[in-house]
Amino acid sequence: MTQSLRVVHFINAFYGGMGGEEAAQTPVQIQDGVAGPGRLLAQRLGDQAEIVATIICGDGYFSAYEDEVADWVMTRLQALRPDVFIAGPAFRSGRYGLSCGRLCLEAERAGIPAVTGMHVENPGSDLYRGEHLYIVATEASAVGMSQAIERIAALALKRGRSEAIGTAAAEGFLPRAVRRTVPSGRPAAERAVEMALRKWRQEPYTSEITIETFEVIPPPSPLPDLSTTLCAIVTESGLVRTGNPDRLPSAGATHWAAYSIAGMHRLVPGEWDAVHGGFDNTAALQDPNRVVPLDALRDLERQGKIGRLLDELFVTVGNMGSLNAMKRIGAEIAAVLQQRGVGAVIVPAT
Amino acid sequence: MATRVGANRIVRGGQFHHPFGKPDLLPDEEYVWRCKFVHRILDALGTPVQQPTVFDVELEVLV
Repeated sequence: MTQSLRVVHFINAFYGGMGGEEAAQTPVQIQDGVAGPGRLLAQRLGDQAEIVATIICGDGYFSAYEDEVADWVMTRLQALRPDVFIAGPAFRSGRYGLSCGRLCLEAERAGIPAVTGMHVENPGSDLYRGEHLYIVATEASAVGMSQAIERIAALALKRGRSEAIGTAAAEGFLPRAVRRTVPSGRPAAERAVEMALRKWRQEPYTSEITIETFEVIPPPSPLPDLSTTLCAIVTESGLVRTGNPDRLPSAGATHWAAYSIAGMHRLVPGEWDAVHGGFDNTAALQDPNRVVPLDALRDLERQGKIGRLLDELFVTVGNMGSLNAMKRIGAEIAAVLQQRGVGAVIVPAT
Repeated sequence: MATRVGANRIVRGGQFHHPFGKPDLLPDEEYVWRCKFVHRILDALGTPVQQPTVFDVELEVLV
């Protein structure tokens, strides 16, 4: 009989039953056995695997102390030596998706097979798929818990036993940006002609390889009436408080900062620096509203054309930024905006 | 650039080093100019789009 696999499960504080947003600051902790959705997961794993420990962390705490939490978790995983690490499922919860992705990535790097699950639109999914993680595709909410756990458990057992994994479509995970060569039994010329004929006859066909360029993001539905909408400003122009307190670099940024604009009717020259190395910052320094139009946006607020401006301005530097870094930055900011209830975002871009 | 990367709603503004600025105008005139672009943002947010779409601002031509 195959030996039972040892599993460590990671969930957030909400799924650990610790409460709602107020529990988001729960520091990372570990307990024996299962908690929350781990119970269903344990049922699905049956006697083929045992969840020996559950690690729980509040989304807000993880977000604030990501590196420290990752180190803490890896120390525990190295001591426990599980056969598989399972995180989530996170569904559409952005911060949770990012924490699951990060921890699975760290586990994989330490040689521990990892599986997580989240909705395709979770900010964590794009980012961590690109790192070739196994992310099971889930529904948008915990309505899909049963199906998510089913697929996660099946995939986790295969990974734990180093069994062959099928295609993304067959196993139910999001495509991992990995290309595998398989024999098809028919010459390519034949397959190409058949595909061309099908396309010409307007019959359905399936591309063998889809070229991934910039991902197509379906446009969200329009908001014709913004009078009750909370709007946020997110900019890559590198507009920072004087002295650049968060040390945003002039190029190749890998982090972002948030600055309070509470009570400000406009951006005041002298209170802001412009550190983007890709353009002449003179005009921006003379009048920062030329880059982040706070004065005009406050006007819209006063007129009731937008509900309210979020009291924080989110900033990074979009000069020679790597696509992966920018995706991560965008995902992290999006997660915060989602949590704050922002409905529309204005992105001054340079 | 923005259309290539896949941003869906794009308001074409001023020059890249001052997208919401026109330094050759006097400050009061520049503010009015900026407000036109900001209002166009509202239009863009309220318009259904299927793909990256650029929204321009109609500016009076000074004769």
